[in-house]
Amino acid sequence: MSTAITKNLKSAIFSALLVLIISYPVLGLKLSTVGISLRVEGATAFELWCIGGAATLIFLWQLLRDRLTPAWAKLPKLPSGSGEIGNFLTLPSTQRWIILAMVMVALVWPFFASRGSVDIATLILIYVMLGLGLNIVVGLAGLLDLGYVGFYAVGAYSYAILAHYFGLGFWLCLPLAGMMAALFGFLLGFPVLRLRGDYLAIVTLGFGEIIRILLRNLTELTGGPNGLSIANENKPTLFGLSFERRVPADMPTFHGYFEIAYNSQYKVIFLYLIALLLVLLTLFLVNRLLRMPIGRAWEALREDEIACRALGLNPTVIKLSAFTIGASLAGFAGSFFAARQGLVTPESFTFIESAMILAIVVLGGMGSQLGVILAAIVMVMLQEMRELSEYRMLIFGLVMIFMMIWRPQGLLPMQRPHLELKR
Amino acid sequence: MSRTILEVSGLSMRFGGLLAVNGVGLNVKEKQVVSMIGPNGAGKTTVFNCLTGFYQPSSGSIRLNGEAIEGLPGHKIARKGVVRTFQNVRLFKDMTAVENLLIAQHRHLNTSYLAGLFKTPSFRRSEREAMDFAGYWLEKVNLVDFANREAGTLAYGQQRRLEIARCMMTRPSILMLDEPAAGLNPRETEDLKELIGVLRDEHNVTVLLIEHDMKLVMSISDHIYVINQGTPLADGTPDDIRNNPDVIKAYLGEA
Repeated sequence: MSTAITKNLKSAIFSALLVLIISYPVLGLKLSTVGISLRVEGATAFELWCIGGAATLIFLWQLLRDRLTPAWAKLPKLPSGSGEIGNFLTLPSTQRWIILAMVMVALVWPFFASRGSVDIATLILIYVMLGLGLNIVVGLAGLLDLGYVGFYAVGAYSYAILAHYFGLGFWLCLPLAGMMAALFGFLLGFPVLRLRGDYLAIVTLGFGEIIRILLRNLTELTGGPNGLSIANENKPTLFGLSFERRVPADMPTFHGYFEIAYNSQYKVIFLYLIALLLVLLTLFLVNRLLRMPIGRAWEALREDEIACRALGLNPTVIKLSAFTIGASLAGFAGSFFAARQGLVTPESFTFIESAMILAIVVLGGMGSQLGVILAAIVMVMLQEMRELSEYRMLIFGLVMIFMMIWRPQGLLPMQRPHLELKR
Repeated sequence: MSRTILEVSGLSMRFGGLLAVNGVGLNVKEKQVVSMIGPNGAGKTTVFNCLTGFYQPSSGSIRLNGEAIEGLPGHKIARKGVVRTFQNVRLFKDMTAVENLLIAQHRHLNTSYLAGLFKTPSFRRSEREAMDFAGYWLEKVNLVDFANREAGTLAYGQQRRLEIARCMMTRPSILMLDEPAAGLNPRETEDLKELIGVLRDEHNVTVLLIEHDMKLVMSISDHIYVINQGTPLADGTPDDIRNNPDVIKAYLGEA
């Protein structure tokens, strides 16, 4: 008994010290600019008390952990842990109904919402699309791709370059951007897909960075760090009607055609609806793929590559198809992103974006589509919390830790649509 | 005498300093059951791995119906009709039994993207035929009641039978079974023997077998090859082998 206490005491002191060491610089020290120099401000008494209190709490918790844990176990379990509700929510048929209900709400909602929230929702939809695309590569085919943002960038720049140099419109560029990204996915996938696991992850990470650095340095073509802007006349139109305030004189505008006053809200809602349409198409595509021979082959390959080869399935071709389809979805998302921003710069496509998309897939539950949607909402909301922006990464980390403890399989893990033998 | 379907000569496989297989030759006739026996570590599975393209043999030739196949990648050899099972069962454990069988038919299905996306009639027909074929074989291996169970939850003997059924989905001409009776009880072994007989007689499959169960090997083999420490020791009919003093010394043991 006494040895257990001393052991706990040691780890308790260590943990409390760790809290002090980490939280004092993070919370206690502030840098503020005074003129052109920086001044370090110490913590207020209140903050110091808080840090001290937290350290004491950790100390007590670590010391008494063994006694508290049994008491904790007696508390009623969270329903989400395991049980009927969780199981019900992850059934493919339930997910389909939930998605249908969400689509109805999503269609009507923007007409009553504020401009800012519709804008954030559009961003969420972009991430849903990216998440669904990466889900094919990582969740279904089991290929850890850390350079997914590269294909996103290819899509965005394809549209920007085509619009900037050739004056092509969004609707023409959208499929071209998807095809371009697919082509890149195919070309990059070809040499790397014989690698596995960690090696594949590192090589794809490298490819993502190479694409970004290329875009930054091909100044003549891509405008370098300044990026490329997209002229108003090449932005998305509704059957040729522009939503911009200022367009060339010969171009019909939405407000001009319907003879209403210009309102920037129209444009925001229009972009939102395009994003929704793209997401729905993506969902349809992924759902069909799952039930096609190729979708089954992806999963089989993820489970046992050797068995697949012994049965005459060509692993390279199957992996390549997952990689290419995933890349093309990123390309669509990228060209839409460019249309929304009106400007593409290499800095939009850093590694942290790849990490964010991957986090959405993992957080949602590998392979699960509703999970990806939920996770995209959570992650973008976290990112957009302006009041808490200083602590964003901290919250991010906390969410990840809690997920690891409570739902390591993701928010809504996938249940596969099983094919049944009917008799 | 029936036609030679698989002819192997001088097959060697070297792993660094270790010569795992040394000059093995096989001559497999169509619609025969040919067994490979030998002590553990003799290189039997390595021969299988060379034949099915999982290893690139260091030297030697492998001819399938007269066509050289040594050095081809595994999936290409499988497509030529040579499929195998594994010593440790390799099913797709999270998929149902029938889905396991569907995956093996991948090459025979309508895999066109457009057909699948829009569920064209030809796509539906191809899926339905695959399902029927899978059902037929599930019936054959007596697993039809477990069709919709996840493969990982099946009993060991059932998993073994499912693996054989999965191989049959690829319409093979040569089926290579790596210790199919390992871990089976006498009853299940008896069923297996019957199944192998059916495969040979009704489905025109040539069976190449690695097995330690001598009762099974002696009763169904048309021809037996004995391998010891990577080198061929003897070959012949079950009776030849049973009475060969070298084989008795190296492997079978004195009775």
